[in-house]
Amino acid sequence: MGFLRSRNCIFAVLVVLSRVMQTLLNAAEIEFLLPKLVDQLLADTRLADLSALALVGIKSRGDTLAHRLAAELQKRTGKTVDVGGLDITMYRDDFNERAAITIPQGTDMNFRLDGRNVVLVDDVLETGRSVRAALDALVDFGRPNIIRLLVLIERSKREYPIAADFVGMTLEISNDRKVLVRLKPGDTEDVVYAS
Amino acid sequence: MPVETAPPLQSKPARVWTRPHLLDLESLSAEEIVMALDTARALKEVSTRSIKKVPALRGKVMVNLFFEDSTRTKTSFNLAAQRMSADIVDFSVSTSSVSKGETLRDTARNIEAMGIDVIVIRHRVSGAPHLLSRIVKCSVINAGDGSHEHPTQGLLDVFTIRDHFTRTGRLKQTGDASKLFAGMRVAIVGDIANSRVARSNVWALTKLGAQVTLVGPATLIPGDFRKLGVEIAHDFDAVLPRVDVVNMLRVQFERITSSMFPSLREYSHLFGLTAQRLKLASKELLVLHPGPMNRGLEITTDVADGDNSAILQQVANGLAVRMAVLYLCVGANGAAQRSV
Repeated sequence: MGFLRSRNCIFAVLVVLSRVMQTLLNAAEIEFLLPKLVDQLLADTRLADLSALALVGIKSRGDTLAHRLAAELQKRTGKTVDVGGLDITMYRDDFNERAAITIPQGTDMNFRLDGRNVVLVDDVLETGRSVRAALDALVDFGRPNIIRLLVLIERSKREYPIAADFVGMTLEISNDRKVLVRLKPGDTEDVVYAS
Repeated sequence: MPVETAPPLQSKPARVWTRPHLLDLESLSAEEIVMALDTARALKEVSTRSIKKVPALRGKVMVNLFFEDSTRTKTSFNLAAQRMSADIVDFSVSTSSVSKGETLRDTARNIEAMGIDVIVIRHRVSGAPHLLSRIVKCSVINAGDGSHEHPTQGLLDVFTIRDHFTRTGRLKQTGDASKLFAGMRVAIVGDIANSRVARSNVWALTKLGAQVTLVGPATLIPGDFRKLGVEIAHDFDAVLPRVDVVNMLRVQFERITSSMFPSLREYSHLFGLTAQRLKLASKELLVLHPGPMNRGLEITTDVADGDNSAILQQVANGLAVRMAVLYLCVGANGAAQRSV
């Protein structure tokens, strides 16, 4: 009986959560945005040399997004591009502010960035602080020719002077709400939630 | 009830490190050991970059407080701190003036007054780091206390085993931390009684689910170790064919006071790892040694430099493990003090 009661308690919490969480983008809508992002990228004449291009995603959703974009890019152009995953834990500006220390995931980048045209990829652009940290991290892997910023979703929460070059969609949503992106294959579904 | 459609808030529960000190491995949970190993794995890549440095500990100060001689551990901690962008102070301690507890207390207070963030301590007395951690507010990392523990060595040994056997496909990268090393058989050979490396290894390995056998002369293995869930054996040749890893401990001349074994030659004959003896073992045997080696005594040169040896990987992994420990402890200590 006690077991049942505790389960009911968990159900109640989940029901409340499901009411608060709102689906902003479903899988089909995300699937629609990816080619649009690749369009923007291909329209950039200074990135025309695809052999110099490298997609570097900020962990842990930006790298998944970067791999998805690279697949789309290959479908369209027949060219494969280098994809990296950047862990920015050691570069964040809140080491002295955080309430808890999280475990880093590590960077996967088996190529150097000297002379490359790098497209930095992230799921959501909010304060700009992650991007600031990512720029610091990137230059430790060499001196890129160009760095562009691509994001799936852009919000109006900027605290640092950072702007994206390629944007999937701009979201007008209250600043105190959280936006949560889920992307396959790292996650089990393609969806964007707001809570 | 729309329960099934409720999205999970997070796909994985966030793993959070909360310890400001690393005093021993005995008090760590299997999950915490794996967290430290995962952090080390993430940080190992830093040493392969052209710019071998991350800014995580910028503005933090690490003090080396070594009451016992050490070159490699100290160098490894120094390099680890530098790769994390911390500043380093060497606090030279003249061993002759050490009058145990009181001096340690005074030294600690003096150091603390300089506004430092982490003390790395090596001391002849078991428990000295624990005492220090109760005196100071900064992080304390044990770099070896008497014959008690050497936690970063224990971590780097399990890191090396995990790294090697994950690459060969023998171990899985993820899963239940307490079963991570299930099925792994490890022999620790030599002077167990005086070895802090052995104790830290036993704790880490048993917590991760490995089967541990301690091998050596009866005079150098206290029977009490059986209580920790390990086997004790005195016939190395019988143990060797059924283990995946051997950790060859150094014969510590400086700690062996009375005659614990009849002669070095006999020790070498019974417990030294030679090419001849290696033939008894599996071809995949992984050979570890915490260094510095007494070549020709506990291990012969051909084995130490041979295909089964991971001794140099241990040194490289030690750097990553110490970077991880500095990051986790200094970070957690800062977080704890902010929440007060």
